[in-house]
Amino acid sequence: MINLAIEVGKTTTPEAVMFWFLAPLAIVAALGMLLSKKAVHSAILLAWVMITLAIFYIAQDALFLGIVQVVVYTGAVMMLFLFILMLVGVDSADSLKETIPGLRPIAITAAVGFGGLMVSLLGRATLGSDMVGLTDANAAGNVPALAQLLFSTYVWPFEVVSALLITAALGAMVLAHNHRLVARPTQRELSIKRFRGESLGSAAGLPNPGVYALHNAVDVPALLPDGTASEASVSAMLKARGDVIDSKPFQLIELANEEGEK
Amino acid sequence: MTTAQLLGQDPGWLIAVKGVLVFALCVVLTLLSVWGERRIVARMQMRLGPNRVGPFGLVQALADGVKLALKEDLIPAAADKIVFVIAPIISATACFMSFAVIPMSGPVTLVGHKTAMQLTDLPVGVLYILAIASIGVYGIVLAGWSSGSTYPLLGGLRSSAQVISYEVAMGLSLVAVFIYSGSMSTSEIVAAQQKWWFAVVLFPSFVIYAISMVGETNRAPFDLAEAEGELVGGFHTEYSSLKFALFFLAEYVNIVAVSALATTLFLGGYHALPGLGFTEQWLGGWFTLIWFFAKVIFFFFIFVWLRGTLPRMRYDQFMKFGWKVLIPVSLFWIMVVATLRVMSLNGASRVTVLGFASVVVLIVLGINVAFDSVKKRARILPEDNFDAPTFAVPQMPGAESAQLGEPRV
Repeated sequence: MINLAIEVGKTTTPEAVMFWFLAPLAIVAALGMLLSKKAVHSAILLAWVMITLAIFYIAQDALFLGIVQVVVYTGAVMMLFLFILMLVGVDSADSLKETIPGLRPIAITAAVGFGGLMVSLLGRATLGSDMVGLTDANAAGNVPALAQLLFSTYVWPFEVVSALLITAALGAMVLAHNHRLVARPTQRELSIKRFRGESLGSAAGLPNPGVYALHNAVDVPALLPDGTASEASVSAMLKARGDVIDSKPFQLIELANEEGEK
Repeated sequence: MTTAQLLGQDPGWLIAVKGVLVFALCVVLTLLSVWGERRIVARMQMRLGPNRVGPFGLVQALADGVKLALKEDLIPAAADKIVFVIAPIISATACFMSFAVIPMSGPVTLVGHKTAMQLTDLPVGVLYILAIASIGVYGIVLAGWSSGSTYPLLGGLRSSAQVISYEVAMGLSLVAVFIYSGSMSTSEIVAAQQKWWFAVVLFPSFVIYAISMVGETNRAPFDLAEAEGELVGGFHTEYSSLKFALFFLAEYVNIVAVSALATTLFLGGYHALPGLGFTEQWLGGWFTLIWFFAKVIFFFFIFVWLRGTLPRMRYDQFMKFGWKVLIPVSLFWIMVVATLRVMSLNGASRVTVLGFASVVVLIVLGINVAFDSVKKRARILPEDNFDAPTFAVPQMPGAESAQLGEPRV
C-alpha cells in the first residue's frame, strides 16, 4: 500500500488523473459485485472491473496485455452470464437464508483470516531485483518482446497451462454431455408421424394460445368452438410450472347471448 | 516515415478534430446506408424504394430518425430499469470506437499539418477491434435479458452464442493476415499489401472473414437474433423511440465498421486498384479516401445483396456451419499458411514449395471425396412400409403414376 502511494507520486499528471478517476470506480464496482443480490448484476460489474483493469494495463504501456484482457474476460464473463441464465434462472436473486446452519460465522472467519493474510503478505512484499523498466522490455516492440518470452523462455509453462485448460474444458464437456437413448427424430420422420399417425387432429399444427382479443398471451389456453379450453394450445413447460391462467373469464358469453336474442 | 510516427506528431486539437470527423462520418454513413439499402433492395424486388423526401429520397432516413425520436419512450414494468437503459448505450458506444484504428487515407495535409486520416495507430489495432466488438455484444445480450420478456431473452441468447462462435472463426481468419504481414497494426497491414492484396494471397481467409463478418453483425441470412418470424423483433422487441434508434444506429455503424476492416485487411485499404497507383497522388493524397470508401461501399452492397437474395438459416444449421466447417477449415488453412511462410522466410526452393502445395491440395481432395461418399450413403433412405393413405395426396415429384386416369382417393 505504501509502495503504491510512492508510485503514484512519480507518475505523470494524466496518468494520475486517470488512476484517481478509474480506481474508485473499479473498487465501487468490485464491492457492488460482491454485494449485489442479482447474479446478472454481479456479472456486469465484474465485466466493468475487468475493463478498468485493462485500461490500467494500457496506461502502463502493456498494450497487448490490456487488449487481451478485454478480449478474454469479456468472453469469460459472457459465459458466466450464460451459466447464470441456464443454472440459476432468468431473474432469480440470491436467497440470504442459511441452508446449512452455522455456515455464516465460519465463512466470515475464513474470509477475514484470508484477507488479513493477503494484506500482511502483500504489504511486506518486495521485488527481488531492481525493476528494469518497460522501455527496455518493450525495446523490440511490445508484441514481439512478449512473443519472444512466451515461445522461448516460458514455452514449457505456457504449453502446460494450455494443456491443463484444454483438459478442463474437455472434462467439463464429458461431465455435462448426455447421451441420447434413442436417435432424435428427423424432420422427415416427424412429418410422416404427423400424417400417418392415429389421428389427423394435429396435422395442420397445434392451436394457438389466447382468447381472441381479450387475452392473447401464451399462458391462456385457446377456447374450442364448444367452449372448452384446448390443452394442446399452451406450452407443456408453462403447464408444468403452473403458470397457465383459466381462459373462462375471457369468453365472449354475454355478447354471444345478445347476438342470439336479436 | 511510418503512419504511427506520422500520427504521433498530431497536435491535440487535430486529434479532437479527427475524432469529431470520424463520429460525424459514421452518423452520415448510417443515414446514407439506410437509404441505400432500401433503394437497392427495392430495385432487386422491382420496386422504387423511398423517393419522396429530398432529392432521390436521400433524406428519408433522417426523417425516419426524427420520427423515432418523437415517439413515446416505453420501459416495460417487468424490465430491469438500469440495465434496460444502459444496454443501447453500450451497443452504440462500442460500434463507433472500432473506427479509431481504421486507416482511411494515405498521408495527406489537413489544415497545414501532414497527417493521415486515422485517429490512432495501435501495434495491436486489429485485436483492439475484436475486443471492442466483444464489448458491443453486451449491449444486445443485456437488452435481451433486461427486457423481462421471453422473445427478447431468446434473441439475446441466440446473439451471444452466435457472436461467440463466429468470433472464433473471425479471429482465426485474421491469424493468416498477421502471419503474412508480420504485424497486428492496421496501417502496417495496409502497407504490406502494396504489391498483392491479401484477398488474393490469402483467399480462403478472405472467404472465412467475409462469412463470419455477416454472422458477427447479425445480418441476413444470419439475423437469427432478431428473426421476426420467430422472435417478433428479438432482443429489441421491447425497445421504442431513441433507445431503439441507438440499436438501429449501432447495427449500421457495425456493418460499415466490419466492411472497413475487411477493406483494410484484405483489399489493400486506401491503396488504388492494381495498375492505377498513380491516382493515389491526386488531390494531394486525398484521392485515397475515395478508393477506401469505394471498397467499403462494395462490401456494403454485398451485405444488401445477401439480404435481398438469401433466406434466413435455421439455427442448428448455422451453429453447425460455424463450428464444424468454418473453424476446422481455418485451423487447417493457418497450418498451411504458417508452413509456407516459414518456407519462404528460410529461402526454400520453388520445387519444395510447389511439392508442399500439391500435397496439401491432394489431402483436401481426399477429404472431400471421403465426405461425399459418407453423404451419399446417408442419403439412401429406408423404404416406406405404409399402406396407401385414405385421403388425397399430391403425387411425389418425378414419379410415374401407375394408376393414370383413376382418381387416387
